[in-house]
Order: sequence, then structure tokens, then C-alpha cells
Amino acid sequence: MKIELSVNGARCASDVEPRMTLLDALRDDFLLTGTHAGCEHGVCGACTVLLDGEPVRSCLIFAVQADGYEITTIEGIATSPGELSVIQDAFCETHGMQCGYCTPGMILTAHSLLERTHDVNREDIVEAISGNICRCTGYGQIIEAVEFAADRLKKSNVLRGNKAAQTGSAAGHDAPEKGVLEAAADAPGKGPK
Amino acid sequence: MKPAPFDYVRPGSLAEACELLAADEDARVIAGGQTLVPMLAMRLARPARLIDVLRLPELSGIREDNGSVVIGATTRQAFALNNPLIQKSVPLLALALPWVGHPPTRNRGTVGGSIANADPSAEIPLVAVTLGAEIEAASPGGPMSTPADDFFIGPMLTTIGIGECVSAIRFPVWKHQRIGVGFHEISARRSDFAFVSAAAQIAIDEEGRCIDAALGIGGVGDRPFKLDVSSLIGTRLEAKSLADTIAVAAVDLDATDDLHASADYRRRVAVTLCTRALEDAHNRAIGQQSPGVAR
Repeated sequence: MKIELSVNGARCASDVEPRMTLLDALRDDFLLTGTHAGCEHGVCGACTVLLDGEPVRSCLIFAVQADGYEITTIEGIATSPGELSVIQDAFCETHGMQCGYCTPGMILTAHSLLERTHDVNREDIVEAISGNICRCTGYGQIIEAVEFAADRLKKSNVLRGNKAAQTGSAAGHDAPEKGVLEAAADAPGKGPK
Repeated sequence: MKPAPFDYVRPGSLAEACELLAADEDARVIAGGQTLVPMLAMRLARPARLIDVLRLPELSGIREDNGSVVIGATTRQAFALNNPLIQKSVPLLALALPWVGHPPTRNRGTVGGSIANADPSAEIPLVAVTLGAEIEAASPGGPMSTPADDFFIGPMLTTIGIGECVSAIRFPVWKHQRIGVGFHEISARRSDFAFVSAAAQIAIDEEGRCIDAALGIGGVGDRPFKLDVSSLIGTRLEAKSLADTIAVAAVDLDATDDLHASADYRRRVAVTLCTRALEDAHNRAIGQQSPGVAR
């Protein structure tokens, strides 16, 4: 079957067998091997990708089902080639990995969490990564990495769009209603009178 | 871990989906695929054809209708979890949904999929049975509706026949002013399959007397059960009346013995979790004047 989907912002087309998972299509057809094949039956989370901005297991979606959707893989979250995203950087600095097999899944899950809000506590992070198994670290440094990245993003001057409003499902989670600029304009004593 | 070959069809309407299902007894419905795809990958299931209903507009969405809340079968669990109408009108479901799978599986998994899959330890079927929800289905002969208690007949077994497809779940909304809910679950790991789970919803009057109560238990037997707690009505839900009611209700509990937990363990834990769920429901009912979810 012919499919066409957006992967990391680029249109990608392929002709796949219905039984081919999105995971295999990404790795074999689109040569994006950053998405790791782990258990291949939805338990480990190593194959996590973002589908319309939300983390999903790519081994539990057939490529034909992903037809027309927007997929983001680990290759698609750095700001430019050769650079790392804030979250990737934080994983390096706090040594949030050992063998690295779970890392793309962990980073994409954290990416989606921190797109919604930077105000995360330990419990939010644990809940977010609860579907991703790491057999090396014992999770301590991974949680530390996400906390560190959240803190950096919070303190940075980067303008952040409201992803929650776009994806819908995160609505009411604890996402701000507005982007940073609008919120600042509404703050008492600021903005146009 | 690669599925056996199959045909894939994405019908344009629910009627077309039912026709396709009726025409081929080896056809299976796929929606979120969060339980079907692992079964395909392990080749525990080898359907000849998959009918993808996920994009059918008539199957998704949450609406209020005639004193109940109707959740379309392909409504994603993550969407239902964050839905204000469910939090307000079906607080027990809102309380149970965070226990369903993990965030990434909730992003794809559907409410109707969990119902149709009928895992004895699944949370959504338990809430449906506890509250007396109706399972609506489309069939070549027209729409059908089955009480949840009759719908589940065994592990992964429902009354759904060939050519039929779950279309929505109709949850009754309690009209009482003071409602409280409780949900407890024991599993080996966070969000893993429940050994035992208990769901309770209680309504009390101005004086704090119980006017309505529902209690259900999951994971213990081959399907979720509703327990008879009508003897609580009229009491002030003191510890003694709770203990007496649960002791009577849980006396003949049909419990499964397996690798994970013995039948005896399941029965003991069931009594404890029922008590905790009812206590939580009572405390929440006291603590608030209007229905709503407190987590």
C-alpha cells in the first residue's frame, strides 16, 4: 500500500506491506535508525516517536495507519545539524544514559512533556517516562536530566508556542492557555492599558 | 516479532465497516491497536484482514445525551482523561483512567478498544460494569445496546458477534448533589495489569446518609464483577457497615489462581481494596458539595 507522511517536517512516501510497523518503515524505508527496535510488542518504549506531537510506540502502529500524520523522531528535535536540543544536552551533562538504547525514547517522551509545560515536578516526570524501560541507569540520572532540562528551558529566553492547544489531547493537563508573550501582556501592571 | 501477513482496509463509514466484518469471519477490527498489535506481533492472533475504524468520524467524541455521557468507541484514552465533561459527570472513569496503560499507550489506545478487548483486569470495563454502562454497537441489522454486566462473558470474551462493532459506551450520570468516588489497584509494576482493582461510587444526602452506592471489582475473576452494596443505603457508612457489607458481598467471589497471584490472595486483597475504595468515595462525598473529581 502506498503511504505518504511527514517525518521531521519532510514529506516521505513509500509503498509498504500492511504488516510493516511504523518502526520498521522509519528504520528500513526512511533510514532513520535513531528510533530503536526493542521488544517490538509495546512493552519497552525504545521505539517511541512523536505522532502529531504526542509520544506513541512506533512498533504498535502499522505504517499504513500512520498515513498522513506528522511524525517526529530523535533525528528531528535538534535545532540544526550537528547540534543538540536542550534536553539532549541535559542527558549528556547529567549522564542520563549508559548503553543508550532507551535514550531516543526517553528524550522524545521528555520533549513532549516539556513542550506542554516547563513547570514539572519529579512525579510528572516519573509518570511521563513510566512507559519507557531503562535497564542500565536505575532512572535516577534520567529524571535528573529532565529536571535539569526543564530548569534550563524555564530560565531561557526562548519564545515557546502553545503545543497543547495544537495537539488537543494535552488540554487541561496543566498547560498554559497562552504563549509566553500573551501571558506577559496580561500580567497586572504590564502591557497596554 | 513480525505479524503474519494480512489485508488492510480503511472503510469510509461504519456501515461499510460492518459489511466488511460480516463478509469475512477472519476479519478483525483495529482502532488504537495497543492490545491487538502485540498479539499480532507474537502471532497469538492471525486475522486475514484488519478493518481500521480509527478514522471514522461517527465513532469518536464525547457528548451528553439524555442524562448520560456517551463516549465514542474510538475516543482516545488520553483525550477522555483530560475531558472536562468526564471529570464532572463520570468522575469514577476520570479517576480510573490514569491507571490504564502508560501515557504513550493512552495516546493511541481507545475507550471502545479496551471495552471490546475485555481484559478481566482492565480498568475501563470495570468502571462500565460498576456504573451500569450500556455498550452500544453497530451491526448489519442496525444499532444494538447491551448492559455492560451482560456484555462481558469471560476473559477477552464479549457478546459481540460477526459483523458487529462497538460504537459507543453510554455511562449513566448520577444526579445526586454529593457524590464521591474511589479507585484502588494492586499490580506488580506501575500501570501493569491489575491483580485486583476496586471501583466505588457513593452518593450521600444532606445529613450524610448514603442514598446510592456502587462497587465493582476487577482482576479477580474472568471478568469484572459488580458487588451488591444495597445494604449501605440508609447507613452513615460507618466502618462497621462497610465491613459487614463487603464481607457479605465478597463471600462467593470467583477468583482466578495464576502465576502472579493465588485465588486466596486475590480474595483477601479484594476485601481490602473494596474497603479503601468505599472509604475514599465516602471521604470525597463529605468533602465536596457538588459532583466532581478529586485526585
